[in-house]
Amino acid sequence: MTTTTTINAKTNNGVNVAALLGAREALEKAPEAAQFKWRASCEWLNGTHSRSTIGNFFGLGAEQSRNKNFTVEADHPQVFASEDNAPTPVELVLSGLASCLTAGVAAVAQRRGIQLHSVKATLEADMDIQGILGIDNDVRNGFGAIRVHFKIRADASEDDIKALVAQSQKRSAVFDIITNPTSVFVTVN
Amino acid sequence: MRFATTIIIGAGQSGLAMSRHLADRSIDHMILERGEVANSWRTERWDSLRLLTPNWQSRLPGYAYHGDEPDGFMTMPEVIRFLQRYAKVSDAPVLTGTRVTRVRQVETGYEVSTSQGPWRCRTLVIASGACSVAAVPALSANLPREVTSLTPLQYRNPSLLPEGSVMIVGASASGIQLAREIQASGRRVVLSVGEHVRMPRTYRGRDIQWWMDAMGAMDARYDAVEDIERARRLPSLQLIGTPERVTVDLNSLRKAGVELVGRLVGLRDGKAQFSGSLANHCALADLKMNRLLASIDAWVSANGFVGRFPAPIRYEPTDVGPNTSLGLDLHDSKISTVIWATGYRPDYSWLDVPVLDRKGRIRHDGGVVAAPGMYVLGLPFMRRRKSSFIDGAGDDAADLAQHLQLGLARAAA
Repeated sequence: MTTTTTINAKTNNGVNVAALLGAREALEKAPEAAQFKWRASCEWLNGTHSRSTIGNFFGLGAEQSRNKNFTVEADHPQVFASEDNAPTPVELVLSGLASCLTAGVAAVAQRRGIQLHSVKATLEADMDIQGILGIDNDVRNGFGAIRVHFKIRADASEDDIKALVAQSQKRSAVFDIITNPTSVFVTVN
Repeated sequence: MRFATTIIIGAGQSGLAMSRHLADRSIDHMILERGEVANSWRTERWDSLRLLTPNWQSRLPGYAYHGDEPDGFMTMPEVIRFLQRYAKVSDAPVLTGTRVTRVRQVETGYEVSTSQGPWRCRTLVIASGACSVAAVPALSANLPREVTSLTPLQYRNPSLLPEGSVMIVGASASGIQLAREIQASGRRVVLSVGEHVRMPRTYRGRDIQWWMDAMGAMDARYDAVEDIERARRLPSLQLIGTPERVTVDLNSLRKAGVELVGRLVGLRDGKAQFSGSLANHCALADLKMNRLLASIDAWVSANGFVGRFPAPIRYEPTDVGPNTSLGLDLHDSKISTVIWATGYRPDYSWLDVPVLDRKGRIRHDGGVVAAPGMYVLGLPFMRRRKSSFIDGAGDDAADLAQHLQLGLARAAA
């Protein structure tokens, strides 16, 4: 562990790995504190336009408040006869995946003592909209496939850079959410 | 009530190696064995299985393989004979047909209840194996009742399976071997692949185990690796022991017709759901394998051995194809059997001493269990990378026998 810290001292990707490792060690001893709840609320504005507000979450055994709330808007583009006030929800999903993997790349690189210079992810997802339009029941609503391409400049070999991206996927929450099923419970009023 | 200074539970390679070391130190002991010597090898292995380590690597204290095929792989009958002979030449005190039903702590050590009456001992060595129970995921409970559910501990050969297709969950050593053999028997096989460790059987003219041994990797100590928990959780290497020394990997299985799918993540209404993470699991395994091969090449160069071995090569990346399935209707695809090759764990159901952690693992420091005078042997990376190998039993038993003797001396002082 000492050697890793020494290497990390020279690397600065802006990730506090020592704090993350400390948290991992602490949570191994107190797994109940590892139970988190993430929240969002969403309000319809008009048409397909909506605004989500994201603020408090629960974790480390207590409510965690932030200094401010964040808002994220979503809409649909004009080809769907909408006003295109904001990205579509499915694009926000791609953004969520990209951000999660990118954060992971930075954290893993810091941990492995690899200095990053630039990280750029480009994403594309296939969708057959016969599904959401109810034209063909055999076509799913969601993505048929997602392709992510990373362009990374870093002080490391090509294989070490590939390993960063692979490890990031292995530990990514959004990657897991997208690749594995999740039960969804919806209630009204 | 009978007494021995040390009781060893289990007469496999670990228990016999410990017995040898205790005998060398004149510590009176008894091995309690639920069946016969090498019982797990005898009763819990499929018919075609051979050791995953070459014959020359079957080395135990004062005993080793001396046959004509040092690079071959023992069949199960050969392993059983090998260990039986070891028990005999060591004159090991084995009480066969004696199943331990309960161990509890008493003032002077431990009370061991068995199917043949109670024993007392001052020190206890648990050598009952790391693979006594198949670790089957909870979602297996959702398997439709008409589908036969097997573990590799129960599987024997393809001809005993009910008619129909087979889904194998897990692609480590057990899973890939069963997939290969069942596919070759003419059945449709679906192999669900999660995290795995890809490994060529031979590299640059030598067995992969030869390289690991020569480089000292098998002797790496548990207190010298960065993340021992992770090292202990590592899935078994994708290896098979065959006379032809073949390599089995996902590419060769796919070429043979095995259908590869991602990790099994759901089982609902007779439908299996697979993770979309298969490509990444393969990428991780390819990168990991290449890191090992690079370390072998570096070792060869650093030692000036370049001329002694064939030139380095790299293997084709794993290619699972672009259209791996994310779901499978078990009924429609006529899956009649699911085999859970999802790992193994030790059985401590008889251990009535509070030494297990919240996940049921025994708490120990390199085999020294968190209870006075109690030891465990043969767990993955317990003291060394080779701890769970036949070849690793000797060194671990030597260390722990010394610790045990010092403990006895301290108690007597």
